Amino acid sequence: MNTRSAYRAAGAVVSAAALGLLAACGGGGGDAGGEAGQGDQAQAGGPLTVFAAASLTGTFEELEREFEAANPGTDVTFNFAGSSTLAQQITQGAPADVFASADQSNMDKVTEPELTEGEPTLFATNTLQIAVAPQNPKDVTSLETLTQPDLRTVICAPQVPCGAATERVEQAAGVDIPAVSEEQDVKAVLQKVQTGNADAGLVYKTDVAASGGQVEGVDFPQASEAVNDYPIAVLKSTRNAELAQRWVEFVTGDEGKRVLEAAGFGSP
Amino acid sequence: MTAARTGLGDLEEAPGPGRRRERAADRHGTGVGLPAWMWFPAALGFLLIALPVFGLLWEADWAEMPSLLTSPAALSALRLSLLTAAVSTTLCLLFGGPLAVVLARGRINRFPGLMRAIRSIVLLPLVLPPVVGGLALLFLLGARGLVGQGLNTAFGIFIPFTTIAVILAQTFVAMPFLIVALEGALRTAGERYEATAATLGASPALAFRRVTVPLVLPGLASGLVLAFARCMGEFGATIAFAGSLEGTTRTLPLLVYLQGETDIAGAVALSLLLVVVSLIVIVVGRPRGTDGQR
Repeated sequence: MNTRSAYRAAGAVVSAAALGLLAACGGGGGDAGGEAGQGDQAQAGGPLTVFAAASLTGTFEELEREFEAANPGTDVTFNFAGSSTLAQQITQGAPADVFASADQSNMDKVTEPELTEGEPTLFATNTLQIAVAPQNPKDVTSLETLTQPDLRTVICAPQVPCGAATERVEQAAGVDIPAVSEEQDVKAVLQKVQTGNADAGLVYKTDVAASGGQVEGVDFPQASEAVNDYPIAVLKSTRNAELAQRWVEFVTGDEGKRVLEAAGFGSP
Repeated sequence: MTAARTGLGDLEEAPGPGRRRERAADRHGTGVGLPAWMWFPAALGFLLIALPVFGLLWEADWAEMPSLLTSPAALSALRLSLLTAAVSTTLCLLFGGPLAVVLARGRINRFPGLMRAIRSIVLLPLVLPPVVGGLALLFLLGARGLVGQGLNTAFGIFIPFTTIAVILAQTFVAMPFLIVALEGALRTAGERYEATAATLGASPALAFRRVTVPLVLPGLASGLVLAFARCMGEFGATIAFAGSLEGTTRTLPLLVYLQGETDIAGAVALSLLLVVVSLIVIVVGRPRGTDGQR
């Protein structure tokens, strides 16, 4: 008895969802935005696929809610991954409307075969910070401290953007950090510090801000030698150029700046 | 169950000519009793496994191959992978072997459900995503882990980021492969011969050494091959628990993944190296048991 009514309820949910999907797909000039009474926005509605660097996860998800509220009928979906992975997917023909990269060189991989609509726009910058346990128990104050032999430091491998930035600040400081591990991405570095397995890790300011107090950030002067620029561009493969452009303007506009700054990003 | 067994027995003990005819048919592959449609999904299944490897061959830059494979990073990763996989497989044998025997033959009369519970836990790494296993190891043996904290304060031992961590991660994911293969062989072999040996006055230890071990050798060998291959391919648990550092913890799969970030040709070359090593392990190490000719 119970099972049957549960099945019926599930069926109702599924059909409601299917109807919703149908309505969404019907988009275009459709009636989805009819109630809002704003013809142009209804036209611009529909699905939007954004390929974005993993470090943008928190900020872009926040911007998504505001963007969807301001543009009824739109549905933004994200593919968050390392910028090089995303660039590779786009050049292999993955369907995407917008690409937001965590560095210029991976954006270049997409602009060189002319897969973008026009020039990319810089919308944020990010710099490195030393992540340590709260209250900084090992008293880390600079990059030079990280060369102490009793300190376990984890960094990114030089093949990935955060590792390339790490190499640049090491050169600027004239130090060679004896890392116990060179991780594949910055989140893995952060995790090693968060779990107490590493005493220090070189991560982005935004990662420290996003950790919610689980790690503390230590600034160092050489960070200015490795500023990561974040470019964003509409892709040629877009099926909704107008909506894609509107997302780019939203991210580069005042609202985007506010959210990005709160998350620790700098402005270009 | 009983009926089926009787049926099989009848076939096996059929009079001479009939039996010979059946064997001959098998040898010529006319597929006695094989529905014709089965070839189609079987071919698709084969292609699904074989074509991606072909894709790797297609993508490979053969002219650059020697220099890509002899780079210090590649050689160091290959050496580390072979070394750790060999040690881990040995650990699988030393601990997983007895565990399989206990699971197959051990009796705990007071708690009949206990064996089943133990088996379920032992098989967990087979179904668990390896990265979850790596995190589990980290939370046990890491700086704030249940055991890790004690080891660190009492003896100053810290396991993450060491080659020992790589070996532990590999042993964790590979041991069930050995256990499944060996336990299956033990169950198939049964305990009749050991019982006979006992009536002839053999001690359990002697019966085990002279009767059980030779009987299950093919199953044990296939389990060891599977475990070694799994160790060579281990990625998720290693990167989560041991980290990644050239010469210490960066095994071949970790290097392939990292190389893929910047240098696709290098990643493809290393992938092919891993394919070749795995094929050698399977072809050379494959016991006759896996060919279906017991």
